[in-house]
This record gives sequence, C-alpha cells and structure tokens, in this order.
Amino acid sequence: MKIMSEESSSSLQCPAPGWFQAPSGNERTWIGMAVVWCLILSVMMPYWHFRGKQNSTGEAYKVKPADFIKRVEKFVLANTGVESLVEEGIAPVVPAPPGEIYLLAKQFAWFPILKLRAGETYRLHISSADFQHGFSLLPMNMNFQIVPGYDHVLTITPQAPGTYHIVCNEFCGIGHQNMVGKIIVE
Amino acid sequence: MNAKSDSAKRICLTTGLTICRQAEFFVKANAVLAVVFLLIGGIAAILLALTRWQTVHLLPVDWFYRIITLHGINMLLFWILFFEVAILYFVVTTLLNVRLASRAIAWVSLSMMLTGAVMVDVTILVGKADVMLSSYLPLLAHPAFYLGIILVAVGTLIGVINFFATLYKAKKEKTYEGSVPLVVFGATAAAIIAVVTLLHGAVVMVPTFLHSVGLIAQPDPQWYRLIWWGLGHMSQQVNVCAMVAVWYFLATVTTGAKPLNEAVCRSAFVLYILFINLASAHHLLVDPGVGAGWKIWNTSYAMYLAVLASMMHGFTVPASVEVAMRHKGYIRGLFGWLTGAPWRNPGFSAFFLSLIIFGFLGGITGVTLGTQQINIIAHNTLRIPGHFHVTVVGGTTLAFMGLTYYLVPLLWQREYIFKPLARLQPYLFGIGIVTLSVGMSFAGSMGVARRSWDIEAAGSIYGPTAHLFLGLVGIGGILAFLALFLYVGLTVGTLLFGRRIVGRAMEDWGTPKVLSTSAGHDHPAPIQAGAGVVATVHPTQGTMVLAIVFLISFAVYYFANWKALADVWPVR
Ligand code: HEM
Ligand SMILES: [Cu+2]
Ligand SMILES: [Cu+2]
Repeated sequence: MKIMSEESSSSLQCPAPGWFQAPSGNERTWIGMAVVWCLILSVMMPYWHFRGKQNSTGEAYKVKPADFIKRVEKFVLANTGVESLVEEGIAPVVPAPPGEIYLLAKQFAWFPILKLRAGETYRLHISSADFQHGFSLLPMNMNFQIVPGYDHVLTITPQAPGTYHIVCNEFCGIGHQNMVGKIIVE
Repeated sequence: MNAKSDSAKRICLTTGLTICRQAEFFVKANAVLAVVFLLIGGIAAILLALTRWQTVHLLPVDWFYRIITLHGINMLLFWILFFEVAILYFVVTTLLNVRLASRAIAWVSLSMMLTGAVMVDVTILVGKADVMLSSYLPLLAHPAFYLGIILVAVGTLIGVINFFATLYKAKKEKTYEGSVPLVVFGATAAAIIAVVTLLHGAVVMVPTFLHSVGLIAQPDPQWYRLIWWGLGHMSQQVNVCAMVAVWYFLATVTTGAKPLNEAVCRSAFVLYILFINLASAHHLLVDPGVGAGWKIWNTSYAMYLAVLASMMHGFTVPASVEVAMRHKGYIRGLFGWLTGAPWRNPGFSAFFLSLIIFGFLGGITGVTLGTQQINIIAHNTLRIPGHFHVTVVGGTTLAFMGLTYYLVPLLWQREYIFKPLARLQPYLFGIGIVTLSVGMSFAGSMGVARRSWDIEAAGSIYGPTAHLFLGLVGIGGILAFLALFLYVGLTVGTLLFGRRIVGRAMEDWGTPKVLSTSAGHDHPAPIQAGAGVVATVHPTQGTMVLAIVFLISFAVYYFANWKALADVWPVR
C-alpha cells in the first residue's frame, strides 16, 4: 500500500508544477452539464415568482404582540359580535368576509377558528403572542414561519370545501405537540 | 520504530507520512473527545428514534425535547467540531511535514472547547435549556448554555487559527515545495469558512448571552434567525468541505486514486468559499419580513455555484477512483472498476457510501427543499431532518468513520480489533441512516412536523401511512444506532486492547491488487463490444454513466416537487 511514490502526485502530495490545466474529456462535459443544470435551477425560482401561484413573498409588518392581540379581538368582535376570548383560550368560529383576516398563535393554540369560502381570496395576518410558531396547514402541507413582533401576511385562496388543520411545527414549549387549530372552508 | 525518525517526528511505516509527535497528542485528544460526544449524541438518537416511532413512544414529553436538544448539539456541534479540529491538525502537520505552530494555543483551544461542551451538556441535562439546537428567541435558556456555546465556538476558532499559523510556519520554513497537497487545500477551505461561521456564532450568541443574564434587551427574533443561520448553515459547508477532503484522502489510501485535474478540484473548493456565505437564506424561505427577491437571489446566487462545486467533486472523486482501478487492470465493462473495488475495506466502503448517500440523497433533497417556493411544502416538517441525516450523517459522519479506520492504526499504532465487524460497520450505518431518512422524508411529505413529541394530538390528520413511515424512522434509527455503537466500541476497544504494531506497517484493510501490467496505460482502454468490434472506452466512462443517472434522478425529484407545489392553495 505504498502511496507516496508514484509518478504523478496524489491528493496527499504537493502537485507537480504546471498543475493548472483546463479540464478535458468527460470531466469537461460533466462540468458543462452541471453548469446548465445550475442555470435551470436558478431560473426556475424567478419564473415561478411571476408565473407560479404559490410563493412566499415574506410580506410582513412589525407589530407589538399586544397590539396584534387587540386586532385579532377586534376582528373576532366585528364578525361574531362576541367579546374577547383570547384570555379564556376558547377559539370561536369566525365566518369572515374576503379581505383582511386574523390568526393568532399562542402557546399552545390557534385563535380563532376561521370559516372561509372556497375560491375567495383572503389576506391572512398571522402573528404570535409569545414565542415563534410554525403555521402548517394540513393536509396540503403548506408551511410558514411565525415570529413574534412580525405580522406575517399570506394572501391565500382556499380551493375546496372541508375542514383543514393547522399544526404548529416550530417548537414553542413543552405543549408544542398539542397546538392544533382549524380552518373551515365552505 | 523507523531509524529515520527523530524524537519530534516519526515516519508512518504504512503511508510513509511523517507524523509530528507534538501534534499527535492534540489530534488524538480531539478525536477521542469527538467520539465521546458522538456516543452521547448516539444514545440520545436512539431515544429520539424510539419516541418518534409512535407505536413505541418511549420518552415522556419534557425529556423528548430535552434529549432532542442534547442530540442536535452533541452531534452537529461537538462531534463534528472536535473531529474537524483533529483533522485540521493531522492534515497540516503530516502532509506538510511541519510541527504544530503552538502547543500552548492548542491547549487553550482544547480546554475551552471541552469546558464549554461540558457546561452545555450539564445545563441541558438538568433541564435548564429545553430550547433545541437553534435556541430561537424568545425561548430562553440558562446563561450557562450560551456561555458554553460561546466557549466551544471561540475554542474552535482558536484551534483554526493554530491551523493557519501552522500553515504559515510550513511556508516560512519551506517544508514543502510549490502548492500544498489537495487534501490540505480542502482542509484550508474548510478552515476559512469555519472562521466566517464562528464569527457569525459570536455575533448572535454574545448578545443572546447578555440578554439571558439581563444586561441588554431581547435581540429581535428575526435578526436572530438570520445571523444564527449564518452559523448554522455555513457550518454545514465546513462539514461538506471537510468531508470532501476526507473523500480525496480515503480514495488515495484505499485505491491509489489521484486527482484527475488539480485545477478542477481546487476551483471547486474555492467556489465553496466564495458562494456559500449567504446560503443561510434557505432557512428563511418562508419567513416573514424577508422579501421574495432577497430569498431568490441569495438562494440561487449563493447556492447554485456551491451546488456546482459539489457536482464537480461528485464527479471527479469517483472518476479518479475509476482511473486508478482501470490502471490496475480492472477494465471489464463500464463498472468493472467499481465491482473490483475494495468493498471489504471499511475505509473504502465508508468513503464510497458517503459519496453516494451524500450525492444521490443529501444533495438532491437539499437543493430541492432549499428552492424558494418548494420550501413551502417542506419547511419544518420531518422532510428537513430527513434531508440532513443524509448529508451530515450519511455523508460527513460516515466519511469521518471511514477515516478513523486509518487514523487509529496510524496514530495509536494498534491494529483494529474484530476486523470483520469493522468491515460490516459502514454498511450497517449507511443502511440504517438511509432507512431513517426515507422514513422521515415520507412522513414529512404527509405533513408530520419535526421536533414534535407526538402526532396523536393532531388526531387522524396524517393517516395510518404516517405511522408506517415513523416506524421506519424507528427501525432505521435502531440499525444506525447499532452501527454507531459498534464504531465507538471497536475504536475504543482498539485504543485499549488493539495489537501493538510499533515498528511495522498496519495490516492492509484490503487494497486492490494490480491485475495485469499490460493494462497499465492511462488512456483509452479497449474492450470487446459485440462481434469482434473493438470499442474504445474512455477511462471515466463508468463515472459518466453514474453522473448521468444522478442528473436524471435529480431532475425527476426536482420537478416532481414543483408539481406537488402546484397542487396546493394559491398563496403569496
Ligand atoms: C444513530 C444515528 C442517528 C439517529 C438514529 C438520529 C435520529 C434523529 C431523530 C429521531 C431526530 C429527531 C427528529 C425530529 O423529531 O425532529 C434527530 C434530529 C437531529 N439529528 Fe439525528 N440521528 C442520528 C445521528 C445524527 C448525527 C451523526 C448528527 C450530526 C452530525 C445528527 C444531527 C441531528 C440534528 C441537527 C437534529 C435536529 C435537532 C433539532 O431539531 O433541534 N443526527 N436525529
Ligand atoms: Cu406553537
Ligand atoms: Cu409549536
């Protein structure tokens, strides 16, 4: 197993002078193919940004958690006539007209239960009252990060009627696995 | 002992490399500690796997989150960092035939790292840091946790500086001529990225520590994510670089392979250094407050040239093996060089499995999941750990294991015990990790969250197939754990009980014999094709076929994911 004494140098030896050579043969062909592939990869994202329907634009506004909670409560009151329930931890069902709608993530619940209409477009504001949370809408498996202090706006269009679940998929404390909410689509 | 060796150095009788005695201690110390942390992380791993296997559901809830924190940190930080410092010291001192720049600095580095690591582990185990590896604010751990991480990071940084000082010393003392060997070049690339990485670590951890002791207000959680991933992601590039350097090393010692084209290999390392710095972006792809333009630009600019680099190494490494094997006379068909390879040699099998697992599984899933929009259907699901267990575990960790089968006999001058088991170990680990990863990836595709103790609370959202895939996680986890335990056991056993081989070369793990001298020409080897027609096969034709299969798999997986994305609700 002598490895130090062959003619051309191994990866463990200093290369002989003049090692800087352009690639040739298959290696060169492969690098060409790889470059093309990397360009395809790079073009796909801007393409989808303009032509595709699913994008994460990261639209967000700074907001204090307390202010966001107030907005959610106001939104619930306006659409149900029911006073704040955030503190009690009960999530009322809120039928909302298309437009601005609100969802609060809070250790370990989603508030409220939104009732939406298929085919309508909503601007869904999500933020956290405490820690970071993960908005995972199932069974589609659509996932967005929720960070306290940021009102994350998803412009979203539900497709088919049904009951959908929101599972928290960012660790937010020992009860994290129980943080399951609902969105109803009619 | 060799007559030529003086007291400061000895000549390794296996490789002919010069081992610097003064550096040897630090290589050994860092490597041994690395293996200890691997064992801690491994015990944590089996507990996690058996908890996520919903039918077994071993740990209670608080311990699950505690142990997952322990696992992530001991594996991704401690095992990898300690081992990398060992590799850096080893590579620079032996291949450049130079003494370590400073023993004192090496001591400082080692003791800081060790103190920090112990602080972190104790803090986690007493339940004061249930915050996961990423410790996202506003979650807050005990200050000792952050301080420990800072100590580890700064200690590693000091070790890396010692590496650079040694490199400089070698240059000044002219211990080598011309350019450094490729493996040293790769290690240097890893070290450069490590510096930038660890500086990010300091930028994010110091304010967080100060906040945890109440000195400053809480840093912005989104800022924290951005900088933390400068540490978290870039460190993965350190791992890739180190792994590729180890591939080159093992390809050489197990098959006599030589780089096809030094310029290509080195340029690929340079691409890593230049274009990885913003890849932290691909952890923030569905984050608020980070615009689409920023996400897309930083994903493609920073990633795809680094992807190109990996695709270059992914070709040139097996191609160099192919050329070496054909040179030795393994010229039958397209893959005679591969079937004739030393598969019983754990150095070779670990290296080649690492290459395949990293490339075919880790690389393809990584680029796909890290695509800006596709990330919507992957972020924080089990698809993510499914991905990185085939990069940093099936790739880096397995390559490091393969290296160990050479390092231990070379440094400790002992023969491995129970060799047949060692020959099996890389396969068992590879199969286990791939099974684990497949289970995680499919469960994740159904929406099963990562870092979650239980999926029952979510009711029947996922369906029975999710349970099936979580079962695979459990079974893969058991296999991988057994292999990890075997690796640690064999290695520690060898340090204690291995047969001494002072004064002679280590036994050959198995390297390919030269079949015929007539095959010893480098270029086109003729093979029989059909009725008497002599076709000419370029010596890297087999690798080219593998590479094309790879590209096709990549394209299929990538576009299948766009298709899956197109099926979900429109969202902007
Ligand atoms: C025996 C081998 C291993 C097994 C069975 C294993 C298993 C697991 C499991 C079950 C999880 C939890 C996934 C979740 O619920 O989110 C996990 C997480 C993780 N593992 Fe491993 N693992 C192994 C080796 C490694 C190694 C060698 C590394 C690194 C070098 C590693 C790095 C990680 C990291 C970074 C996490 C994420 C922790 C977090 O989410 O904070 N694992 N592993
Ligand atoms: Cu949560
Ligand atoms: Cu959570």
